[in-house]
Amino acid sequence: MATISLQNVTKAFGKNNVIHGINADVKDGEFIVIVGPSGCGKSTLLRMVAGLEIITDGEICINNKRVNELEPMERDIAMVFQNYALYPHMSVFDNMAYGLKIAKIPKNEILQRVNTAAEILQLQDYLKRKPRELSGGQRQRVAMGRAIVRKPAVFLFDEPLSNLDAKLRVQMRLEIKALQKELGVTSLYVTHDQVEAMTLADRMIVMNAGNADQIGAPLEVYNDPQSTFVAGFIGSPPMNFLNNLFAQNQQLDSSAQQAIDRLLTDLPTEVSATLQQQDNDNLTIGIRPEHLSLCEPPTAHLIGKVKYTEPLGAETLLYIEVQNQQTITLRQAGDIEIPAAGDSCFIRVNTALICLFDSKGKRIQI
Amino acid sequence: MDKQVTFNNRYLPYFLLIPQVLITAIFFFWPAGQAVYQSAYIPDPFGLKSQYVGLENFRFLLNDPYYLASFKTTALFSCLVTAVSVGAALWLAVMADRIIKGATAYRTLLIWPYAVAPAIAGVLWLFMFNPRIGLVSWYLGLLGYDWNHVLNDNEAMGLVVVASAWNRISYNFLFFLAGLQAIPRSVIEAAAIDGAHFWKRFWTIVIPLLSPTTFFLLVVNIVYAFFETFGVIHTITAGGPQQTTTILVYKVYADGFVGQDLGSSAAQSVILLLLVGILTIVQFRFIEKRVHY
Repeated sequence: MATISLQNVTKAFGKNNVIHGINADVKDGEFIVIVGPSGCGKSTLLRMVAGLEIITDGEICINNKRVNELEPMERDIAMVFQNYALYPHMSVFDNMAYGLKIAKIPKNEILQRVNTAAEILQLQDYLKRKPRELSGGQRQRVAMGRAIVRKPAVFLFDEPLSNLDAKLRVQMRLEIKALQKELGVTSLYVTHDQVEAMTLADRMIVMNAGNADQIGAPLEVYNDPQSTFVAGFIGSPPMNFLNNLFAQNQQLDSSAQQAIDRLLTDLPTEVSATLQQQDNDNLTIGIRPEHLSLCEPPTAHLIGKVKYTEPLGAETLLYIEVQNQQTITLRQAGDIEIPAAGDSCFIRVNTALICLFDSKGKRIQI
Repeated sequence: MDKQVTFNNRYLPYFLLIPQVLITAIFFFWPAGQAVYQSAYIPDPFGLKSQYVGLENFRFLLNDPYYLASFKTTALFSCLVTAVSVGAALWLAVMADRIIKGATAYRTLLIWPYAVAPAIAGVLWLFMFNPRIGLVSWYLGLLGYDWNHVLNDNEAMGLVVVASAWNRISYNFLFFLAGLQAIPRSVIEAAAIDGAHFWKRFWTIVIPLLSPTTFFLLVVNIVYAFFETFGVIHTITAGGPQQTTTILVYKVYADGFVGQDLGSSAAQSVILLLLVGILTIVQFRFIEKRVHY
């Protein structure tokens, strides 16, 4: 049982700053997912918590105890690696028992702990096998077993599912979630997969180029993104961004102009007030694909041309080109008739759910 | 799928093979055949005629205490050379793998000795340890140790072992370094998180994962010590003192070209030929069955 706190943690490789000061507090038993694109520093951050990378500046505390100077083995953590990092020359049993043997735990307790973990992970039949004789999912379980048996204060997961195929990934995701809830161990989990982040996290840290852009519960982050980066990264397909929607000098035909005017009048008063205060040109309007819908011409907010469609069964994605050659995505239930590519279409916007961003991509709170 | 190479002229492939076949025939098959042939004869002192003696040369050899002693010397010498060169190379590779600054410089320097021919290596060490003019033996003298490998057989053996092993360290070092770098970093990190300190990791993770490399090097180094150390022995001790550093290969030379006992020398060559054959089979068998994790 443990809390983790990161205070202004930075990391530099030589003169190259890769993490620019991260602050976060992790509560006991919480499942925190660190999510971000490749190269954003999420793995480096995790490795600093593990003690595999030196912390350039700032402080990391586990259970209110500064761990900056502690060796990995002294931090009471366990880590699951992307490539599993099993000891190839040892059996599954020995892989799990390795840490316990080093800790000089009595033999019968090792036996009991490994067997319990094997039971939880359904590995009882494989204890005598070598890692090379196991499938990817089984190897992943062994890596988890190795973490569980040591009963650490903190679990660290470094993209543990990215080497698995899609179906197995979904299954293991559920298992990890269930396991973490059952054991109640504070966990940090790094991934680049936003679906994994949404489904696993109690709270998530969205990282962008060495900064934590937003920290919060998955739905909070989804519904209330603090930057265009977060809005674009979380959610698939990403949020639509529209620039210069209300610019004065656009050459629009009369129906398009009418639609824009209708949109302006339908905007919530706070939004239109902000629009009037700010310089219109630099504002970005964000709207999620599911907050757009197809409608009849007289009620349309936007008029566009369908570029292509993606019927996914339960839902259909429409890629529509609207004014200024901007393409937006519209998410539509799969059973509704959809226009063909090349057709004109009329879009209604759920104006209450519009997000506004300033020229630097920061959210404007209304 | 095998690549099928086609030639327009059906004689061309044979023609292209001729140089290699000629070299093998002239420098290997012919001398080997000569050795087998001569091992059954004893030539007269002037080399004008030979007398057929059958297996007499072999019978004499296997009853010759000097020859049997040479077997023991070879075994001891090979084991020592292999142990020293493999051990030292492993240690150097682990150290070179650990450092970050100037890693390439260290690695390059550690590979250099491989470019030195065994005979040159022998001379280098001979100069350092020469009882009269050697730098090392002079310093040893200052420390009160009277170094003289010309008279002391243990010192002689030590010196040829060190010189031969030194020449071989680079080769082993390269293999060990490659082996170490093939171990995934995350495995080492996982062990570190599991609580294993450097030496614990070394013994329980690194050494087992290096074992295929180590075994390969053991075989290769034994073969080296058996057959390729002639130059070192010849330059440093010439088999002495009292034949205590006369390994089998050196004895072939000493008996045949110095002692002019061509029949016995030929018989020894045949025995060596068999030994090489056995070692080669062991080597190939092993390489085929190399353990892979």
